[in-house]
Amino acid sequence: MLRSFRSEMLKIATTRAWWVLALILFVWTGFNAAVIAALGGVLVDEANGMFGPEAVPPLVYSTATSIGYVFPLLFGALASTSEARHQTLTPTFLATPRRGLVLGGKIGAGVVWGAVFGVVGLVAAAGLGALVLQLVGVDPGFGSSDTWALIGRALLAMALWAVIGVGLGVLMPNQVAVIVTVLAFTQFLEPLLRLGTAFWEWTAAIGRFLPGAATDALVGSSIYALVSGGAANALEWWQGGLVLAGYAALFLAIGGLTTWRRDVT
Amino acid sequence: MAGPVIEIQSLTKRFGGTTAVDDLSFRVEPGVVTGFLGPNGAGKTTTLRSLVGLVRPTSGRATFDGRSYHELEAPLRTVGTALEAASFHPGRSGRDHLRVMGAAAGIPSGRVDEVLEWVGLADAGRRRVGGYSLGMRQRLGLAAALLGDPGALVLDEPINGLDPEGIRWIRVFLRDLAAQGRTVLVSSHLLSEVQQTVDRVVIISRGRLAYEGTLDGLEAGATARVHVDAADRDALARALQAAGAQVDAAADGLHVTGLDAEAIGRHALAAGVPLRLLVPQREGLEDVFLGIVGEGEIR
Repeated sequence: MLRSFRSEMLKIATTRAWWVLALILFVWTGFNAAVIAALGGVLVDEANGMFGPEAVPPLVYSTATSIGYVFPLLFGALASTSEARHQTLTPTFLATPRRGLVLGGKIGAGVVWGAVFGVVGLVAAAGLGALVLQLVGVDPGFGSSDTWALIGRALLAMALWAVIGVGLGVLMPNQVAVIVTVLAFTQFLEPLLRLGTAFWEWTAAIGRFLPGAATDALVGSSIYALVSGGAANALEWWQGGLVLAGYAALFLAIGGLTTWRRDVT
Repeated sequence: MAGPVIEIQSLTKRFGGTTAVDDLSFRVEPGVVTGFLGPNGAGKTTTLRSLVGLVRPTSGRATFDGRSYHELEAPLRTVGTALEAASFHPGRSGRDHLRVMGAAAGIPSGRVDEVLEWVGLADAGRRRVGGYSLGMRQRLGLAAALLGDPGALVLDEPINGLDPEGIRWIRVFLRDLAAQGRTVLVSSHLLSEVQQTVDRVVIISRGRLAYEGTLDGLEAGATARVHVDAADRDALARALQAAGAQVDAAADGLHVTGLDAEAIGRHALAAGVPLRLLVPQREGLEDVFLGIVGEGEIR
């Protein structure tokens, strides 16, 4: 398993996909964090005490996950599907014929690289975001342990999303299909579902198990939660983490029992 | 070094309704180069992929000294495999491809540079595989097979795409590996391609065993015929047929089987027919091969 893990780590490090995605993650998250930080500074003045300046930094920093989670997801999915696309499953399974070990190595590498994406996203969100917050006169909140707890939970969320991506890629070996699915679901379907389910209490009880909602619960803050009517009935942070781990386990289990066992021709 | 004995036992593989490999059994011994021959679509690649655990056989077994590929403790150190498909990530360098494989098998990267040197890719190793020629990919595939210094080598069409210099090189290389006591199994759809390299051949056709044995044994199956001609062809044909030969008319004379050149000369003399051509011909190995696998089979 350890050898498989090393091999999978090396596979990622020796191709370009990871830093291309990480670069886009950095730019896009940084941009969103900066905009929200700037707006937040203005809104606090207008809010007449509805929310204080201490509510702004978590919103800004959580863009790393609320905006950025799609990147470790795509990354994990691409890492899995590129093996099918370039027929590198052949050398992979020749070196490690016990396919369960390969899958284990991929999960481990997914966790580590997902955390790398987390660091990149947080440097963009909390680094750039804090800079702008200071410019508009809001305390970045790095003195508070809550801020650091949020950053830690965001790292965990990004690692989990990479593993979900690995699982999705195993389940759906067609690279184009998986990219389309990921983008359609994360950028279109899920935001709609979250908004839609927020109308009634009973649908909201289901809606909080949506992966994006679970991420926001885990991290503890999100611009989406604010838009869709607050986090009143959100899951506890650890429940959110378990829901994400559950999605990863589900995809990995189904993929591992079906496509992963197929003949490699 | 004594390589393992490769044994295919009653191997059958069906894909949906088509049977790619049909109750195939043969043995591959160490110390010699064995050619695995058959036309495209005969089931060679499916057999080799079953042997190394990439394809799950419908029934039957394929083993190395009695153990299946999955049961090997150190697969890359036991069996080196190069399959036909170009299984490389185009954005990864050849050297990194080998490092990734080596990491999975616990093989140090010093060995990677060693095998790159052997196959003549020392300079190209740090370039992306996307820019490699077919011949370079074949060499990289061979380097991957040699990575674990294995006792057995399973190579699917390794000569495809090599230039003449590369073909000469790989022939010598394979013979050296066999001389060291390794088990070497090399597939090809052309007998002539491996004729000078292999000691034994296994020929399959439509997923079934058609011949297993030495090249000499294959040659013994070749039929000899004699090309003759005379001014009076009809008289010659009658005389030879009377002597029990089979005579076929050809544009430039007669093709005679069943009598050797000396006997034909004697019968012509006795019949008073002067010969103007008497040439013994031997059917080529390639013809024997095509005869076995079903001539003109195009898929």
